[in-house]
Amino acid sequence: MPAPAPPALDIRRLHKSFDTETVLNGIDLSLTISEMVFVLGPSGSGKSTMLRCCNRLEEPDSGEILIEGDPVTGPSVDLNRMRQRIGMVFQAFNLYPHLTALGNVKLALRRVQKKDPSEAEELAREALSSVGLSEKTSQYPNQLSGGQQQRVAIARALALRPRVMLFDEPTSALDPELVGEVLAVMRDVKSQGMTMLVVSHEMKFAREAADRVVFMDGGRIVEEGPPEQIFSHPKQPRTQAFLARVSS
Amino acid sequence: MDVFLDTFLNAEVLAQYAPSILQGALVTVLLSLLIVVFGVAFGAALACLRSYRLPGVGAVIVIFADVFRALPPLVLILLIFFGLPNIGVVLSAPVVLFLVLSLVLGAFAEEIVWAGITATPKGQWEAARSTGLSFTQALIWVVLPQAMRMVIPPLTNRAIAITKMTALGMVIGVPDILGQASTAQSFSANASPLTLAAIAYVVLFLPFVIASRWLEARFARPVR
Repeated sequence: MPAPAPPALDIRRLHKSFDTETVLNGIDLSLTISEMVFVLGPSGSGKSTMLRCCNRLEEPDSGEILIEGDPVTGPSVDLNRMRQRIGMVFQAFNLYPHLTALGNVKLALRRVQKKDPSEAEELAREALSSVGLSEKTSQYPNQLSGGQQQRVAIARALALRPRVMLFDEPTSALDPELVGEVLAVMRDVKSQGMTMLVVSHEMKFAREAADRVVFMDGGRIVEEGPPEQIFSHPKQPRTQAFLARVSS
Repeated sequence: MDVFLDTFLNAEVLAQYAPSILQGALVTVLLSLLIVVFGVAFGAALACLRSYRLPGVGAVIVIFADVFRALPPLVLILLIFFGLPNIGVVLSAPVVLFLVLSLVLGAFAEEIVWAGITATPKGQWEAARSTGLSFTQALIWVVLPQAMRMVIPPLTNRAIAITKMTALGMVIGVPDILGQASTAQSFSANASPLTLAAIAYVVLFLPFVIASRWLEARFARPVR
């Protein structure tokens, strides 16, 4: 019998503190392939830090991160190589303002994956069309709406064909009427079988789309389970209190 | 009035020395171009080097930038031109002028470009690094293009200010505009060559001053 496939993303005993403040106090979380996991929790609970540890934008103090069984942490890891397998989408989009939408998507294809210009161009156009922006390839970020910018940012990450996508509050900086188009793209990405770890306050979306919801507080995972269970029958008092606060 | 015209705009003197001042203008233009190219490139390179935050390197760069921004360029010019031969290094006057002004412009450019690099939002670095770009690639392809755009106006102003100082070359005998004019003035005992020099400087530098005004207006808008 073949060995079972390793988890798409495996976080083990993750610890992180800033100065004297412990932000992550032993996180264990593992995502199977194609799973979409939503992370909820009050601000300061360590959600974003956990996400940023996964591609080492923050350096974990201890613990392990593995992508499909390959370590991301550790001294001998080729970090720039591993990061291509982990796409990240930021709250503030962080598009490169001096490059067009196409230029934003093409940059890492050219410079990191060393595609030749025509192939990079083709892959970038494909990625932009997959987020519904084939008409906007030559626009600069400041000529795009927030929702369009975030979709370009998703395309930029997807173009590298990552194995896991991290979303750090992808809709928090958007006007309410622009949230829907970004969530629609995320739903689409999920339907393509992408493994996704999402930090977000979009409860309704989490309930509909997530395979699993994780509730964090004080640098620990307090409770996790299917969305129905977490939202309708939370067991832990802290989860109950949080959900009561945000739904009121 | 006649005395004034005869002193500052003597037609005969003007005609006689116009060719040599034109030659001087060529020297000034060449030197200025070289100084701007090397000064800005050197300063930008130092700012990039500083961004790696290697132990000790930043301190050395800051000391260089502060010393060369503090010293009057004329002092450096005299020190090098008259000092170095004593230890066996003889440099021609134009080379000394080029070296000193390039270093001085480099010192200012380093500080200006560094300000641009540090003003580029952290999220730009993070986005670039998250797609697998190395630090150097993120610097070259993402941060530096934005930083340079931000600092074009102050950089242009500083470049004009420094290239104008090519006139200091006169004191060590560089045959630039002022050097030629000053020689002509002593031969002719008349100030008209200096008037011509002033006109030459305005003709050469005014377009750049106007261009810097235009650049400033253009780049005052948000970076795109």
